[in-house]
Amino acid sequence: MSGPETLTPPVMARSRRPRRQSSALLGPLLALAALFLFNALFTPNFLSAQTLNVNLTQVATIVIVAVGMTLVMATGGIDLSVGALMAISGALAPMLFLHPPLGSPGLGLTLAFVLPVLAAGAFGLFNGMLVTRFNLQPFIATLVLFIAGRGIAQVVTNGQLQTFSEPAFQYIGLGRPLGIPFQVILMVLVVALFAWIMRRTVFGRQVLAVGGNEAAARLAGVPVGRVKLAVYGLSGLLAGVAGLIVIAINASSDANQVGLNMELDAIAAAAVGGTALTGGRATIVGTLLGALIIQLIRYTLLARGVPEAVALVVKAVIILVAVYIQRQRR
Amino acid sequence: MTTTPTARVTPYFRTVQLLQQYGVLVALALLILFGALRYEGFLTSYNVFTVLGYNSMFGLIALGMTFVIMTGGIDLSVGSVAAFASVVAALLSPYGLWPALLGAVAAATLLGLINGLVIAYLNILPFIATLAMLLAARGLALMLANNESVSADFDHGFTAFGQGTLGGLPFTAIVLFVAFALGMVVLRLTRFGRHVLAIGGNEEASQLMGLPVRRTLVWVYVLSGALAGLAGVILASQFGAGQPTEGLGWELTAIAAVVVGGTLLTGGSGSVGSTLVGVLLLGIIFNILNFENGRGTISLSAYWQSVIRGAFLLIVVILQNRLTRNRQG
Repeated sequence: MSGPETLTPPVMARSRRPRRQSSALLGPLLALAALFLFNALFTPNFLSAQTLNVNLTQVATIVIVAVGMTLVMATGGIDLSVGALMAISGALAPMLFLHPPLGSPGLGLTLAFVLPVLAAGAFGLFNGMLVTRFNLQPFIATLVLFIAGRGIAQVVTNGQLQTFSEPAFQYIGLGRPLGIPFQVILMVLVVALFAWIMRRTVFGRQVLAVGGNEAAARLAGVPVGRVKLAVYGLSGLLAGVAGLIVIAINASSDANQVGLNMELDAIAAAAVGGTALTGGRATIVGTLLGALIIQLIRYTLLARGVPEAVALVVKAVIILVAVYIQRQRR
Repeated sequence: MTTTPTARVTPYFRTVQLLQQYGVLVALALLILFGALRYEGFLTSYNVFTVLGYNSMFGLIALGMTFVIMTGGIDLSVGSVAAFASVVAALLSPYGLWPALLGAVAAATLLGLINGLVIAYLNILPFIATLAMLLAARGLALMLANNESVSADFDHGFTAFGQGTLGGLPFTAIVLFVAFALGMVVLRLTRFGRHVLAIGGNEEASQLMGLPVRRTLVWVYVLSGALAGLAGVILASQFGAGQPTEGLGWELTAIAAVVVGGTLLTGGSGSVGSTLVGVLLLGIIFNILNFENGRGTISLSAYWQSVIRGAFLLIVVILQNRLTRNRQG
């Protein structure tokens, strides 16, 4: 993080970036407002705390993973392994509190929160190493763990479903401090933290610089390799957290199911929110809005009795339209 | 590092190219030799045909993917397009083999056409466009099939397509080899093939030279859709049912086969034959694992398969990368 001060002249960065970001957010914001208004008018019981909670709970894990994906995409990369890493983290946690090390339940519980997330982060660093040290294309580098990762989770658990009832652990999926689902609080914290990182820290600017023009960033003294390593590591960590939430909600861990298709949801959320797949442009708040838009569309369709299959087609069209509109603006 | 003097590079380049193209072939030959020496029944027609029959679906999809990747694109939708085609085929199977086959391939081709039009004329990145189609085709498949698998008709010759033989060879293997032979001819001997490679090499330059860039791109995705459709027909025919939820992750298996074959994801180069070698290589690794399990020397659960597949992909791409980097000096 010790990039030279000359990298981005602070004046330019201040005057240009915030405006561009807010205009990029306008589209998703309007779409979200329109969806909200439509539902408020036509969907019965939409304006209730319960509906709000249901939607936010369902979207929380996607947002947490998509924030990591946004960082990776900002460097011009992609992370196909997030779903598999969720499965690994979800497979490890129950093993720790069901068979606590040293026979201490407290230790097992503590480690269940920490070790799986760190393991997922380590796998993320492995992705980053393939991208930086071995110069593999991110798509191929993360394809390796996409294919092998779920297998690792299945080998570790021997493919068996782990069911459990452990209220202290399940708090991250079921807890409701002040009536707000705990994972929603976690989601808001993650979004706020990373939005701040991207806007206000040297690291955030370095991430965008790497994605904007890697060669130029390197010449400007940005530690390109370390920045890339960090974004894949962070993406892994966040996937690890999401894995814990999913198994806490389900009170069970199924290595075949946890995080399935998550990479697609996360990429779609980031793309709809205005993050360019080609790198150099990213907005964390946009990703949050993108995920909310996709979720609200799904909810709207299901609430109106449209079958899930049709909802998939509509989701596809929405993604295309959103990405097309953003292309026009650029 | 980025600019390489041609004079110095040529001999290097040729060795590297030979290694890249024939390295995989040598690996395949060694694996087959290993299997033949170690296991009884490895080279029996039963085993060979099982491997070919099972891998024909991946092979067809990987063939289409090779053309897509050579233009610098990617087609993530092939797995769900195949699932969609399998449902269409099963629904049409009471009318006989040909209506089922042609109808399913036509339906899949239409989805490929939509991919191509969106990518070429709306300028949406192939990754996003085909990601959307991945969702949409799955939705269409589930809609058509009412969320469950659709039994195919067994009386009108449809299931014979996936399970039958001709002159001792399974139909699916013949289809696979004919498709690859055609693919090779198209890539090496037609204008379309040259356009594909030119666009992948440098799209802007191709445009300036007056090549029909958009039209070529559309055709590439049409081809990929059609081949995915054919794979879907084989799926329905082999399993005796249209499977709306099948094909998950097939696109990545196909991409892995293309990459193992040595085609670079950045486009502009590659060979159809290498993809076939890549498909067979991945297929034979599993075949060998099955034999090892059968002998009882190891007992790896099915869950190890994907771990080994991933590790294998990793080794191959790192080796390839080393070779390409040598070329760059």
